[in-house]
Amino acid sequence: MTNLTELTLAEIRGGVAAGTFKAVEVAESFNAAVADAQAALNAFIVTTPEAALAAAAKVDADRAAGKPLGKMAGVPIGMKDLFATKGVQTTAASKILAGFKPEYESTVSQKLWDAGAGMLGKLNLDQFAMGSSNETSAFGNVISPWRRPGDTAPLAPGGSSGGSSAAIAARLCPAATGTDTGGSIRQPAAFTGISGIKPTYGRCSRWGVVAFASSLDQAGPMARTVTDCAIMLEAMAGFDPKDATSLDMPVPDWSAALSADLRGKKVGIPREYRLDGLSADVAKSWDDGIAWLKDAGAEVVDVSLPHSKYALPTYYIIAPAEASSNLARYDGVRYGLRDLPDGANLQDMYAATRAAGFGPEVKRRILIGTYVLSAGFYDAYYTQAQKVRTLIARDFEEAFKQCDVILAPTAPSAAFALGEKSADPLEMYLNDVFSVPASLAGLPAMSVPAGVDAQGLPLGLQIIGRPFDEQGVLNAGLAIEQRAAFSAKPEKWW
Amino acid sequence: MSVDTATVAKIASLARIKVSEAEVQAMVPELNGILAWVEQLGEVNVAGVEPMTAVIPNTLRLRADVVNADPLTGGDIRDAVLANAPVAEHGFFGVPKVIE
Repeated sequence: MTNLTELTLAEIRGGVAAGTFKAVEVAESFNAAVADAQAALNAFIVTTPEAALAAAAKVDADRAAGKPLGKMAGVPIGMKDLFATKGVQTTAASKILAGFKPEYESTVSQKLWDAGAGMLGKLNLDQFAMGSSNETSAFGNVISPWRRPGDTAPLAPGGSSGGSSAAIAARLCPAATGTDTGGSIRQPAAFTGISGIKPTYGRCSRWGVVAFASSLDQAGPMARTVTDCAIMLEAMAGFDPKDATSLDMPVPDWSAALSADLRGKKVGIPREYRLDGLSADVAKSWDDGIAWLKDAGAEVVDVSLPHSKYALPTYYIIAPAEASSNLARYDGVRYGLRDLPDGANLQDMYAATRAAGFGPEVKRRILIGTYVLSAGFYDAYYTQAQKVRTLIARDFEEAFKQCDVILAPTAPSAAFALGEKSADPLEMYLNDVFSVPASLAGLPAMSVPAGVDAQGLPLGLQIIGRPFDEQGVLNAGLAIEQRAAFSAKPEKWW
Repeated sequence: MSVDTATVAKIASLARIKVSEAEVQAMVPELNGILAWVEQLGEVNVAGVEPMTAVIPNTLRLRADVVNADPLTGGDIRDAVLANAPVAEHGFFGVPKVIE
């Protein structure tokens, strides 16, 4: 019998629709894989095997009754624990939300359930999505299923969507939701040899997604193939009046229009991304990507994004500023943790609750954000950063006059070991150097596996597109996927 | 610009996060490292550049003037609103006494 956990989202959907296997069998297989790996990988914060089975049973019943099936019918998925799920603990991997069971369902997760997907559980992440290695979760590190050859040192699955990336790479789910504020879908996808797309800002509703930096936060799918990402994004995207920044545009049928024929397309190579000291493996995979896209018929052109070096410092003003404001809501009054020392007044309760509930990285960012927004410093830091952000977005506009998509590495290296970068916050921030610019400009961007480095660890390539041109991004991703023929997978040790 | 222990203590108080003296001491060099690094933005010529307000142009919509048009964001759900409160009494959020 087929090993159901090895199947892609499209294969599962097709097999369920054709009656080759039952959705319940698929859910049972993945539930077993999740349970088997939980102790070693810690990819989930809570597991919901009954929810996966119930959704699958409904799909099987609908099929038996001859009812039309949804885009995600019979596909069990992991849900990043940043999406509010009704009646199921939603924590953003923070102690301050421990035990919080939302009374409502986020728009994106509801759309996925309506499309026939089932929930295997809530996936671990960096606390409040702040991190690049999944080491800031209050529920423990996620361990990547990948290892260096002959070495059992635990590697980072990337962050913040590290539970999502680890679970997909380990075949615990065929697909999962991610969210991307500065690279939190793309970098973990690259670290674990899977695909993930952050759509144009506003494509997916933010309603019911725990807010980090609202002008940057965007949900997207993570899966093993470009086609799977396209299908799942169709199910997630769409106008939502409950989100003021939601795009009121039709959702294209991206998966049906997928084409790896890039004749007539121009691919821009940003010269500023050729950093001094870029690892030889990453540089080589980038060159491979250029050759593959040429082979797919595209013309390669040199482009300039002159303000690239300012993207990270801009991000580390804007994102903490927005976070300090968004996270003001955690006050010990309405939900989550309350720490009320003896004799404390209301102000003491706020301060004690937030001290006990937030992890060190979250506190660090709240303090930075509070500082850059405070009287006397607002213009020097925050307004200046927003002006530089305008220039960064303008760089992309100029570049897209000469090309249709941009090709770059996703991250400056393959996965690092846990603990390797967590001592110095700045060094950790530098991991997002290639992913942050597209976030600041609100552009669609995806990572696809491109090969492995000298140690056999996956490397990703990033494609950045014009606003609303997810199709162009997915098509270029497909062209790379077909030529890279990435087949490496972590050997099961858990 | 750099911060000292008094500034960090003041920011923490503004952010309503209780910090110990030792934590403040540890945070000063960390925050100064980050601030020194973001300071490079000062060298960018931004003459005549407007600060970004919306990353993707969008229009601000008005919702229909209908009460509870969307039950998910409408009212009359007091019990649901209070369901996750650490302390809820008599249909209200409970907090420590705020009047002396």
